[in-house]
Amino acid sequence: MITVQADDLVRILPQAILAGFAILVMVFEPFLPAARKTLLGWFSLFGVVAAGAATIRTSFSPGLAFGNSISADRFSLFFICLFLLVAALTLLGSFHSLERENINHGEFYALLLMATVGMCFMAASTELIMIFLGLEISSLATYVLAGFKRQDALSNEASLKYFLLGSFATAFFLYGIAVVYGLTGTTNLLVLSAQLGRSGEFRPGAVFAWVALLLMFVGLAFKVSTVPFHVWTPDVYQGAPAPVTAFLSVGPKAAAFAVLLRIFLGAFASAGSGVFWVFWASAILTMCLGNLAALLQSNVKRLLAYSAIAHAGYVLVGIAAGRGEGTAPVLFYLTVYALMNVGAFLLVAHLAGTGERWTRIEDFTGLGYQRPAVAACLAAFMLSLAGFPTTAGFFAKFYIFRAAVHSGLIGLTIVAVLTSVVSVYYYFRLIVVMYMREGKAEAASASLPWALRVALAISVVGIFYLGLYPTDFLLLTNLAAVPLP
Amino acid sequence: MMLPQIAFFFLSAVTLISAVMVITRRNAVHSIIWLIVTLFSVGGIFLTLHAEFLFAVQVILYVGGIMVLFLFVVMLVNLDVALKQAQFNRQWQVALVTALVLMAELGYGIYRGHQGFTLAQVTATPMSGGNTQAVGLALYQDYMLAVEIASVLLLVAMVGAVIMAKRKIE
Amino acid sequence: MVPLAHILALSVILFGLGAAGFVFRRNIITIFMCIELMLNAVNLAFIGFSRYLGNLDGQIFAFFVIVVAAAEAAVGLAIIIAVYRNRGSLSIDDFDSMKL
Repeated sequence: MITVQADDLVRILPQAILAGFAILVMVFEPFLPAARKTLLGWFSLFGVVAAGAATIRTSFSPGLAFGNSISADRFSLFFICLFLLVAALTLLGSFHSLERENINHGEFYALLLMATVGMCFMAASTELIMIFLGLEISSLATYVLAGFKRQDALSNEASLKYFLLGSFATAFFLYGIAVVYGLTGTTNLLVLSAQLGRSGEFRPGAVFAWVALLLMFVGLAFKVSTVPFHVWTPDVYQGAPAPVTAFLSVGPKAAAFAVLLRIFLGAFASAGSGVFWVFWASAILTMCLGNLAALLQSNVKRLLAYSAIAHAGYVLVGIAAGRGEGTAPVLFYLTVYALMNVGAFLLVAHLAGTGERWTRIEDFTGLGYQRPAVAACLAAFMLSLAGFPTTAGFFAKFYIFRAAVHSGLIGLTIVAVLTSVVSVYYYFRLIVVMYMREGKAEAASASLPWALRVALAISVVGIFYLGLYPTDFLLLTNLAAVPLP
Repeated sequence: MMLPQIAFFFLSAVTLISAVMVITRRNAVHSIIWLIVTLFSVGGIFLTLHAEFLFAVQVILYVGGIMVLFLFVVMLVNLDVALKQAQFNRQWQVALVTALVLMAELGYGIYRGHQGFTLAQVTATPMSGGNTQAVGLALYQDYMLAVEIASVLLLVAMVGAVIMAKRKIE
Repeated sequence: MVPLAHILALSVILFGLGAAGFVFRRNIITIFMCIELMLNAVNLAFIGFSRYLGNLDGQIFAFFVIVVAAAEAAVGLAIIIAVYRNRGSLSIDDFDSMKL
C-alpha cells in the first residue's frame, strides 16, 4: 500500500497546477462576455508561468512518487519545461488569430492546458499505464482542438482523421503494453529495467520482446508521424487552425519522443539490436519521404507539415545512435525544433488572414519589401529549419549527426546530410518568393499584435542564442539525459 | 472436457462470429447490435477468468453506456444515404492482406513465446472478500494517482464532447 | 482451466478482425466500432494474463482501458456529429478535400 507524503505531491505539482488552472478557466468562462475571452487566455498563460515556477520547486526535491509510478527526475523536468514553453508560445500567438476566426472560447484555453497536463504525465511517468493515460489526455484534447473551427469543413476533416488514426494507434500501443505485462507481470518501467538488467534479455526468447516493442513502436510512431505512419499529418496540420497546428506539430510529438526515449533507450535498452534496426529503417524512410514530398507542396502549412515529418526522421537518427550518444542531442533537437516550428506556424497563422485564405506559397510574393521585419522573422525560421549555420537548427542537426557518427552509423548520417541538403531547396523557395520577386503579397495585411510579437521575439532570440552559444544548453541537455531509467 | 472449457469455446465462437458480423454488415444499426453480442460474450469470458468486477463494468459501462451512445448517434445521422453508398474500400484486398499478415505475425510471436507464460504459478483461490473488493482496494491504494489522472481524462472528454456536438457556442 | 494460448489466440484474432475492419470499411461509425473491437481484444489479453500471472494488475489495466474507451467514444461520436452537420455524409471517401 502506498501512503502519500508531501513530497509525492510536490513531485506532481506542475501538472496539478496546470489542471487546476484549466478547471478555473472553465469556471470563469460563463461569467465573461464574448468579447473578453482573451482574459482567460492571459489567465491560462499565468497558469503556465505558475507551473513553471512549480517546476523549479519540484527540482529541489527530485525522486520517485506515488509508488514509483512518477519520476520527477531531470529528464522529466526538462520535458515539462519544454511543454510549458510550447504552451506559453502557443497561447501568446493564438489570442489574435482565435479572435479573427471567431473561435475565441474559454474551452480552447482549458483544452490546451489539459493537453499540456497529459504531455507532462507522459514524460514524467514510469508506469506504462499512466503513460497511456497521459497520452490519451493529450490526444483527446488535441483531437478536439484540431476541429475547433467547427463550421469549417477542413477543420472537421482534420479532427476526424486525427481521431480515427490516433485511436487506431492507441490500440496498438495498448496491445504492446498487454504483451509486456504478460511477459513480465509488471508495467512499471523501473521494475522492468531492473528485471531485464538482471537477466539481460526477455526470458522466453527475443520473439516475444519483438512483438511487444514493435507494437509499442507502431503506436508511438503514429504520434510522432514517422513514415509509414504519417498519412494523417499533412491533412491534419493543414486543416486544423494554425495556432493549434503550431502546438500539435511540437507538443504531442515531443511527448511521444520522451516516451520513446524512456521505453526504448531506458527500460528496454538491453532488448538487443533488433530494435535499433527498426529505428534505423524508420529514420531513413522518414527523412527521404518527408523531404521529397515537401518539395512538391504549394501550401505553406502542408510544406511545414512534411518538414515536420522530415524532422521527426532526424530525431530518430539520434535515437538510433543509442543511449549514451543519442539522448542529449535528441533533447537539444526537440527544443530547437519547438522554437522554430512554433514560431513559423504562428507567423503563418497571422499572415494567412481571416479564414486562413492565404496559405499558398505565391501569397507570400514580395513580402520582404512590404513587411521587412515579418519577412525577416519568417526567413530566420526557414533558415533554422534548413539547418543554416549561426541558427540553432545547424547545431541541432550537427549534434545529432555527430552522435550518429560516433555510434558508427555512417550510412545513416550520409542519408541524413543528403536529405537535409535537399530540404534547403524548399525552405529557400519561400525565402526567394518573399525577397526576390516583385509583387504585392496577399498575406501582408494586418499589423502584428504585440502578444504575437513577444512569442516571435522569444523564438527568434532563442534560435540565434542557441545557434551562437550552444554549449551551455548542450551541457544542460547532457545533465537531463543522465537519469534515464 | 470440463465445464469452463466448454463455456470458453462456446463464448469464443460467439465472439468471433459476431465480430465478423460487425465488420461485414451493411447497416450500421445491425453492426451495433452484433457488437453488443460481441461485448457480452467477451464479458462472459471475463467471468470464466474470474474477473467478476470487469464483467460488471463491461456490461454496465460498455454495453449500457458506450453502445447506447453509438445507437443515439446512428439515429441522429441519416443512415439511408450511407446504405446506398459503397461499403468497402477499393483497396480492400490490400487491407485484407495487411490484416492477415498482422494476425500471422502476432500469432507467430505468441506461438513462439507462449511457453514463457507458464512461468508464473496460477493462484486459483480468490482472495477473501472477492474480486470486486480486491480490485477496489488496488484501485484506490496502488493506483490512486492513475484514478485521479483518469478523472482528468474524463473531464477533457466531457468538455471536448460538449464543444464538438453543441449547436452553437456562446 | 482454459490454456492461456487459447485466450491469446482469441484475442489476436479479434484484434486482427478489428484492424481489418478499420482499413476496409468506409462508414465512419463502423470504423469506430472496429476500434472498440480492438480495445476488447486488448482487454481479453490483459485479463487472460492477469489470471495466469495470478496478479490483479491486469484487471486494473483493463478497467482503465474501458474508461479510456468511454472517453474516446464520447469525443469521437461528438466529432462525428460535427462532421455530419457540415457534410451530410459519413463515408470516408468524402473526406479527401486536401490532396497535394
